[in-house]
Amino acid sequence: MPATYSPRGPVMDPRHSNRLSVLQRFYVVEVLVGLRLTAQHFFGNLWRHALHSLGVKGAPGSVTIQYPDERRPYSPRLRSLHRLVRREDGSPRCVACMMCETVCPAHCIYIVASEHPNPEIEKVPERFDIDLGKCVFCGYCVEACPEDAIRMDTGILEFSSFSRGGMIYTKETLLALEAAGPNGVPTSPVPIPADRQV
Amino acid sequence: MSGVALDLALQAIPVGFVMLVVLNFGGLLTWVERKQSAVMQDRIGANRASIFGIRILGLLHPLADAIKMLTKEDFMPARADRTLFQVAPFVSVFFALVAFASIPFGDRLHILGRTIELQAVTLNVGILYVLGMLSLGVYGLMMAGWASASNYALLGGQRAAALMISAEIAIGASIIGVVMVYGSLNMQEIARGQGLPLLPGIFGQWIPAWGILTQPVAFVLFLTAGIAATKRIPFDTPEGESEIIGYFVEYSGMKFGMFAMADFVETVVIAGMTTALFLGGWQVPYLQTTGFVFPWGGTLDLNHYVVVGMQVGAFLLKVVVMIWFLMLIRWTLPRFRYDQAMRLGWLALFPLSILNIVVTGLVILAIGG
Repeated sequence: MPATYSPRGPVMDPRHSNRLSVLQRFYVVEVLVGLRLTAQHFFGNLWRHALHSLGVKGAPGSVTIQYPDERRPYSPRLRSLHRLVRREDGSPRCVACMMCETVCPAHCIYIVASEHPNPEIEKVPERFDIDLGKCVFCGYCVEACPEDAIRMDTGILEFSSFSRGGMIYTKETLLALEAAGPNGVPTSPVPIPADRQV
Repeated sequence: MSGVALDLALQAIPVGFVMLVVLNFGGLLTWVERKQSAVMQDRIGANRASIFGIRILGLLHPLADAIKMLTKEDFMPARADRTLFQVAPFVSVFFALVAFASIPFGDRLHILGRTIELQAVTLNVGILYVLGMLSLGVYGLMMAGWASASNYALLGGQRAAALMISAEIAIGASIIGVVMVYGSLNMQEIARGQGLPLLPGIFGQWIPAWGILTQPVAFVLFLTAGIAATKRIPFDTPEGESEIIGYFVEYSGMKFGMFAMADFVETVVIAGMTTALFLGGWQVPYLQTTGFVFPWGGTLDLNHYVVVGMQVGAFLLKVVVMIWFLMLIRWTLPRFRYDQAMRLGWLALFPLSILNIVVTGLVILAIGG
């Protein structure tokens, strides 16, 4: 059955009508209603700020998270800056099998393999570069790794550089990183790219 | 010290006080605006500016702003009128600053055998002076709009002029009621009149005749038109930052800062005027020149300087409360469209204030005549 056209249209709830009532057109009452709302927020928050500064724990007077000082908790599934997992002797667990380089849809991983002195271990990466300027943070490298040698659990999200070259993170940088603590707070300092002057 | 030098030195007290109050309030209002809006909106507000790690609730941000503005490039459009472009911000901020001069902040002060009125300039036509200065301030905006050689600035200047005219007429007409009730154009006399009891035949000595009680309609009209005169939201059509940026679109650095400061200073002036005309000025309830005289018969004699100090403190407190209220309005209401602002000024505020004059006259005839 085709929809019938109703010439009058549905009757609108007057609260959602854009036609103002006489009282609303008078402004003063409606303005006072609005001022009451904002003043309530003002004095409530001021009171909570005052209590907070006196050391009382309770509802904070603001919802602000002062970012560099405090972070909101990250999800444990968050994919953040990569790190290379170390063996007990400090060498990378990576065996340079090229699985991550192969699976990477952005072609941002570059590995040069070499022999490992220990005959039990096949190979070791001589170079392991990740170009974060290309990385799409899909996490396929973590999924593909047979040795669980690359993880994306550092909690670090701040990577920036003044040049494309500075976005390439090398093996040494990635090996030095640690897993994030509880709540996803990074435990290792944000690595500073080689070309960035701070 | 000779007589004339002493007179000059004593007269410098109220002048210096007014200068200090207006300039400091104007500067602090940037901080008040940030912090009050933040608290109203469940935020913290600017708090990062620090000297050696000391932040004191973000109070250093006005200082950081000033340093930033002073060190920025002072840009001028190639086709701008050089003289008018340079002069405009000074005109705007100058008239905003001098407007406060005839607003009284205390009763007479007796000191060293002299009597000085606690207002920077004692004028018999003080109200007209403040109105005139506020109106002259718009010349700065029109000069800026015209001299910038920018269509947006020109539009902003025109809007500022149109808004100012509609606001000024409503302000003037709403004040007439106050003038009729207290019988003077001298703001000091009006402030004194507000210390007298309201309708002593009915209420006895209990209720002081503050302007907000004798002229409630004029209070609302004056406040609305006064907010329009400050050119701040909800009447910021001259700026209209989401549509035309406004008369200061071509300004940068401290010249832009002076336009912004003029708005803040005008807020202080409107708050001071509202206090002087409607909130009893420097009056503290039941405080006479000798001390408290309570309506239930008790008295509490106070030192002259304590009385004057309480009056000045009461005036400042009322001004601060009024500034808080103006800020509350500014951060609560959205902007009126240009035609809505015009319609409000000409079709609501102006006729209502005329009606207020008529009703006030009839009531005065019925009561006092």
